[in-house]
Amino acid sequence: MRVVVQEEPFDFGREAQDFASGHSNMGAIVTFTGVVRDADKGGMDRMVIEHYPGMTQKALEKIAAEAVSRWDLGDVLVIHRHGELRQGDMIMMVATASRHRVNAFEAAEYLMDYLKSRAPFWKKEYTADGAEWVAAKDEDEDALSRW
Amino acid sequence: MDVLYFAWVRERIGIPKEKVETSATTVMQLVEELKTREERYEVAFSDLSALRVAVDQELTDFDASLDGVREVAFFPPMTGG
Repeated sequence: MRVVVQEEPFDFGREAQDFASGHSNMGAIVTFTGVVRDADKGGMDRMVIEHYPGMTQKALEKIAAEAVSRWDLGDVLVIHRHGELRQGDMIMMVATASRHRVNAFEAAEYLMDYLKSRAPFWKKEYTADGAEWVAAKDEDEDALSRW
Repeated sequence: MDVLYFAWVRERIGIPKEKVETSATTVMQLVEELKTREERYEVAFSDLSALRVAVDQELTDFDASLDGVREVAFFPPMTGG
């Protein structure tokens, strides 16, 4: 299990390759990458992601450990950035390795659902009109109930 | 104890962190105490359904105990991922 919180960009290709080649007897590797899109109203210049330094790493490790305990996984990778990002930048990625694909897919979805609303990050979007905090969505909170 | 604020809570209160001497025994009592201080606290804590709290860096509820606690953080619902 590897959990990384960082300001710098990460190399998705290299991370995915390293993750996939680091295990034997894993029939399925699933990766998900979150990318900065435009603000819903358009015209976004940049996004700034604030986080809670003392808590973020621990919260992510707890979520990843829970995934490992629920599914038959060979490994889990979580990388999440903070700081200033622009459209098209990669915000975060998760990767799961399992003997079978169902576990790898489900665990990746679980990780994403929990990262959305239980990891202490807050996104702020800057447009020509000013800056606005991104509001949490009810459906993101509701998504947790399926687990 | 240290009280931390993040995102718009930090902006409304105007500081990211402060030391608070309190006799409050629960998070809710601490909130009530802070609200009596100044208007900016009252505004920030006016709708608790829009806030989340962590005690010693673990998410919890507003009725959580402050016994032995070193750090309380207030923030809006998280938007990770």
